[in-house]
Amino acid sequence: MSQPPHTHGPHTSRLSRLVNIGIPYLWLGLFFLLPFVIVLQISVAEPALAQPPYTQLWEWVEDGLLQIQINLQNFMLIWEDEIYLAAFLNSLWVAFVCTLICLLLGYPMAYAIATAPERRRTPLLMLIILPFWTSFLIRVYAWIGILNTNGLLNHFLLWLGVIDEPLQILHTQTAVYIGVVYSYLPFMILPLYANLTRLDPTLLEAAADLGCRPLRAFLRVTLPLSMAGIIAGSMLVFIPVVGEFVIPDLLGSPGSLMVGKLLWTEFFSNKDWPLASALAIVLLGTLVVPFVLMQRLQQNMDENQT
Amino acid sequence: MRARELDKTRAHRAIGDRFIQTLRGFKTLRSLSLRHHLLPLALSILAAPLFAHAEEQVHLYNWSDYFAEDTLSDFESQTHIRPVLDVYDSNEVLEAKLFAGSSGYDLIFPTARPFAARHIKAGLYQPLDRSKLPGLDQIDPDIMKSLEGIDPGHAYLVPYMWGTTGLGVNLKKVKAALGEDAPMDTWGLIFDPDKASKLAGCGIALLDDATEVFAAALAYLGKDPNSLAKDDLAAAAELIKGAHPYIRYFHSSQYITDLANGDLCVAHGYSGDVLQAKERAEEAGKGVEVGYRIPREGAVLWTDVMAIPKDAPNPAGAHAFIAYLLDPKVIAKISDYVFYANPNLAATPLVDAKLREDPGIYPSSDVKVHLFVLTERNDRDMRALNRLWTRLKANR
Repeated sequence: MSQPPHTHGPHTSRLSRLVNIGIPYLWLGLFFLLPFVIVLQISVAEPALAQPPYTQLWEWVEDGLLQIQINLQNFMLIWEDEIYLAAFLNSLWVAFVCTLICLLLGYPMAYAIATAPERRRTPLLMLIILPFWTSFLIRVYAWIGILNTNGLLNHFLLWLGVIDEPLQILHTQTAVYIGVVYSYLPFMILPLYANLTRLDPTLLEAAADLGCRPLRAFLRVTLPLSMAGIIAGSMLVFIPVVGEFVIPDLLGSPGSLMVGKLLWTEFFSNKDWPLASALAIVLLGTLVVPFVLMQRLQQNMDENQT
Repeated sequence: MRARELDKTRAHRAIGDRFIQTLRGFKTLRSLSLRHHLLPLALSILAAPLFAHAEEQVHLYNWSDYFAEDTLSDFESQTHIRPVLDVYDSNEVLEAKLFAGSSGYDLIFPTARPFAARHIKAGLYQPLDRSKLPGLDQIDPDIMKSLEGIDPGHAYLVPYMWGTTGLGVNLKKVKAALGEDAPMDTWGLIFDPDKASKLAGCGIALLDDATEVFAAALAYLGKDPNSLAKDDLAAAAELIKGAHPYIRYFHSSQYITDLANGDLCVAHGYSGDVLQAKERAEEAGKGVEVGYRIPREGAVLWTDVMAIPKDAPNPAGAHAFIAYLLDPKVIAKISDYVFYANPNLAATPLVDAKLREDPGIYPSSDVKVHLFVLTERNDRDMRALNRLWTRLKANR
């Protein structure tokens, strides 16, 4: 890409660069860092019967003495009580399985769209994006009507004669998987599609010329080159699913332990904002680690490619 | 306590309607010719804030489907104050907004125990001006007395509706499973493994509410339903654990639809909600017969109240609305619509006979003896109970 010719002095370009870099940082600071600090502060407070329902972190005692109180019990409770660990592991497992299913379903779809003739790509993409025009909640709700014992799916299967008795799918873990995979599939397909369309088709021709069979060419050329798309799509699915609350709550079994649900219970039923905040901090921590690792991996790969 | 939690269908239907309205709005905009209509429209939108203060509003925050259809429009035509209604589906959601502060609501409708009780303790309400509420003397003195413990001198709360937490039963299916004359007014349908195992196939549901479920389990065991004694809680937890394999789900509103459709045999639920299910089943005409039973071992009696938040923008409007709801004609109509009994003695004769004679809504005095109210607990005990509940639900 060519740079636009400089008509102004170096001073303006430095200013504009500062603004360009500053805006995203300002955005991050205002909408990520600041809320994070607030949540962190609540997580080391104690619950109280007041408005807001937690103790203040610092207090001016007389004579200009500032008293700061930090309560780490919330984090200790999360560490000691196995129910939180179980919920974390379960959420991570659900997110992992869903990401895998999304990848297995989404990759062929993205590949098919990317390799389709150009005039068909837009309508195909529209088919992926169109469901977003309906509210997320309504779409999840629709699954209740489909999966119910009296629902569409059971009626259809009974009519076909595949089953004699309606299946109990709603309020099971299976329903959660169905709901999550359905809702998050587009987030897997879109980055994969963006990645696969940029793939140079001459590379595959070259591979074929050199005697590589299509499957092997896919494994040795397409797949490694689309790794960035796979990682981006997987993260877009994995990270929100770990904290997902709505889908397990509407479709899942009440016994299934998910971090999102525990957060809700602590925040609403228990009115324990500090513990809920501590849970949120731990959740963020467990998500940041794989995120950073992925980022590293991707960087390494980009360097290898160039 | 009536945590009619998460009545999502209704709330979400409302979201859907609003969405459709917006779409319609766009359509109308497009069909208007730009020059003739859009410009004046735009001007009036710009000018609207200038005149907005001329119109008095009162912001209400109530349970979904807890007014009659014409309650709000009649209030507006009587007082020329515009009521703006938001709905919630659980006490917890209401509470979270209140504790966060500046909710912007003038009048709220929490359940008295334990919710309104601890809101009073936390100083979230402003005292009522009783001179503006002349209808107060018609309220059932028994119910006023029951609130005395949490609201001494009745400074903050006016009762709105009351009901019980009992069992919704699919009459035909339970008879088919347990025999023609098996008693249905017992928590044994859920907690007696012998009965529950026979009913599990057609579905048993429990409320997703620790206090309610423990109260029911303790009542079944013949213990104090409000007990916090370690042994009692352990015994109740053991009982719930034993019933776990037979329970299809724990949810606080899903049972309404499922009972009406015949998808459930037995549901632990709130009186009015079960009776709404009964009504829906009758309307559907598919032969599903739903009944509401107050268990003989005892059941929770709860009261929903009205209160004005401390930071309400229009407390005078809130008082006007309470005074309006104290009108026997108004509140009788709401009872007819929501299937809950109101505490207004002057309104009782105006309520539809069908409701008045329904022992599920106005229980007879020998059933009333078995009803109990929940007592307040401190936060520490409440959290311990809720965490125990989380564990029980996960079957750990």
